[in-house]
Amino acid sequence: MVKDRGHPNRLGIWGWFGGGSWGPDRYLYSLHRVTGLGLLLYFLLHIVVTSSRALGQGAWEESMARVSGPVFMLGEYLVFVAFAFHAINGVRLLFAELGYGIGKPIEPIYPYRTCLDDQRPWALGALVLIAALIVVGALDFFVWH
Amino acid sequence: MRDQKLWTWHLAAGAIILVLLGLHMVIMHLDALVGIFNPAGGHPIDWANVVARGQSLAFTATYILLLGAGLFHGLYGLRNILFELDPAPPLKRALSWVLLLVGVGLFILGTWAAWVGHQVASMT
Ligand code: HEM
Ligand code: HEM
Repeated sequence: MVKDRGHPNRLGIWGWFGGGSWGPDRYLYSLHRVTGLGLLLYFLLHIVVTSSRALGQGAWEESMARVSGPVFMLGEYLVFVAFAFHAINGVRLLFAELGYGIGKPIEPIYPYRTCLDDQRPWALGALVLIAALIVVGALDFFVWH
Repeated sequence: MRDQKLWTWHLAAGAIILVLLGLHMVIMHLDALVGIFNPAGGHPIDWANVVARGQSLAFTATYILLLGAGLFHGLYGLRNILFELDPAPPLKRALSWVLLLVGVGLFILGTWAAWVGHQVASMT
């Protein structure tokens, strides 16, 4: 029998935050999870807040006034950052899960290649794109306005 | 089998959200750089801009689509996360129901808002 190398897949809740010996991909996974939950929390409240537009200008401006100020502005920027990460990394995952960008199955001949070797450049490319979006977003939020 | 189907929908919803939320983010947050669909100028959330978008049937319809796709994708994702903690079967069933009810409830609220908002905007 193949011996378990001491990294069972279920790390429990701590596995959501730490990579252990799983490497960078595990941190991308954690970030994907955190940003997904953050977007969801924002989105659920967003539906309630933006529905005030059905009640006319007064109700809309009142509810917008309630969510303005520097704290909310920073919060909205974080939503934008979460979107940038989750969207770009999500596209990478979509392709990977459909079998693209992870290489073909090959004979395991030493030195072993894994699908991560094929995936790494895509992950790097995604990170560069995400960083670019975050910078452009920051300029639009805090400088060009 | 059923979970595989739902998960495939989760991915499909992700693709829809990518397009629609991508546009939403450009309109709302890259307004200084790109500046589309904000005909009144000023801030994208100014009432005049909200009305201008609300008058469009295309915006109304795609908001309802984004609403449905976003709720399904997000709440199904949350369900997956919670199920990873391996709760007892009755708790699993209860969680599924709660998430379903939250999703359907917010979908009704948001659809009502998009539709009535469209009519309010059209009269303005
Ligand atoms: C911008 C377009 C988006 C794309 C391309 C996308 C794509 C994905 C993908 C591929 C997954 C992983 C599915 C899996 O591996 O089983 C995922 C998970 C998830 N997404 Fe999204 N998503 C998007 C937007 C959103 C939004 C707006 C929300 C919140 C409402 C959200 C919430 C979540 C949650 C909660 C998860 C579960 C995370 C986990 O299991 O760790 N996503 N998304
Ligand atoms: C933080 C940045 C965001 C801002 C400033 C923003 C702004 C707005 C505004 C002003 C509206 C009213 C309609 C309009 O004026 O065109 C709206 C509606 C909507 N937004 Fe956002 N939004 C943001 C993020 C998001 C995110 C992350 C989602 C997630 C999927 C989302 C999904 C929606 C949906 C579905 C509607 C229609 C809701 C309904 O019909 O009741 N928005 N948003």
